[in-house]
Amino acid sequence: MHWNDDRVDRMIGTVLRTGVLSAAAIVLLAGAGFLLHSGSSIPNYHSFRGEPAELRSIFGIIEGALHGRPLCIIQFGLLALIATPIIRVAFSVFAFAVQRDRMYAIITSVVFLVLLASLTGLVHPPH
Amino acid sequence: MNVLELSVVIFGVAAIAGFLGSLTGLGGGVVLTPALTLLFGVDIRYAIGASLVSVIATSSGAASAYVKEGYSNIRIGMFLEVATVFGAIAGAMLASKIPTSGLGVVLGVVLLISAYLSTRPHPDPSESDRGDPLAERLRLNSNYPTFRGWQHYRVERVKAGFSVMFGAGVLSGLLGIGSGAFKVIAMDRAMRIPFKVSTTTSNFMIGVTAAASAGVYLNRGYIDPALAMPVMLGVSAGALLGARQLAGAQTRILRVIFGIVVGVLALEMIWNGLTRRI
Repeated sequence: MHWNDDRVDRMIGTVLRTGVLSAAAIVLLAGAGFLLHSGSSIPNYHSFRGEPAELRSIFGIIEGALHGRPLCIIQFGLLALIATPIIRVAFSVFAFAVQRDRMYAIITSVVFLVLLASLTGLVHPPH
Repeated sequence: MNVLELSVVIFGVAAIAGFLGSLTGLGGGVVLTPALTLLFGVDIRYAIGASLVSVIATSSGAASAYVKEGYSNIRIGMFLEVATVFGAIAGAMLASKIPTSGLGVVLGVVLLISAYLSTRPHPDPSESDRGDPLAERLRLNSNYPTFRGWQHYRVERVKAGFSVMFGAGVLSGLLGIGSGAFKVIAMDRAMRIPFKVSTTTSNFMIGVTAAASAGVYLNRGYIDPALAMPVMLGVSAGALLGARQLAGAQTRILRVIFGIVVGVLALEMIWNGLTRRI
């Protein structure tokens, strides 16, 4: 199997498209469910309260989504969207490593680790 | 307005922003935060969170189409992303230290600069054969397709470009925008990368930069699912439509209209920030 730049480019395109489309589908379906259920309530975005803990951390979001809470499922879709470029970068680490491009495997790993630290709350703990 | 009505209206506004943003190349994110705060009275921190998420959607969606064409340079993108992700995290940390009125003023000023930059002509691809030795070591020089066949380009002033990219990352993390205009400046002015390569590589990078600060925003509770839902879906739908439109005479008029909208929103943000209304 050849891991030339062309093939890598095509696969990265597929990763991005799949990620965005599935995230949009999750958000759309859960959003429709949320609006059917609580569409007539009065929103309050004027004053900032910050989201509850279950909508802040990866584990909280997944747990809430598994319990079928619409807001948690929307948040899970948004989490999938944020994860898409991160998976793209992980894929590039792999591709550079397979091409034996050590310098870029390292550069890309640095980017990947920073993204991972940010998403998992190492940079700013979710509480 | 109840949640359903507000969601529908926000979806519509976000779709228009996404459409005009993709057609004019300014990106939908730049007008979303001011539109949400000024038109709907949304707290600027929620608006930044929602805008950041939609920036990831449009960037990744557009990048999936560009990578195939051979314009974007993954090595340049990855190398510069080291600067933008650290900048984005610094910006996101800074955002909680600055009062919301200050964020409004900075956003307004950045909006005006982005709009101005997008009207500037782009320099011709460098004809000099010098290049930067650092670019040689990092293997940033590459080829891109033109109507005359594949054209080689050399990258200049790597350090300057890297520094501007860090700044672009800070703005992205601070304000929840893609800051594509500044990324293109770093690549096309400082590093003398051909315009087509700069714009597509910038688009490729925007999603990664935004993901770096989105993690911080998520953990800090700035991303509200009920608000981000219509914003993200609207911008994506609008951007998809915008990408299908062919460039033509209409784009010129739309650019002017969008430029005026951006200018008015920017001035209103600055005014509201200075008078402490946001």
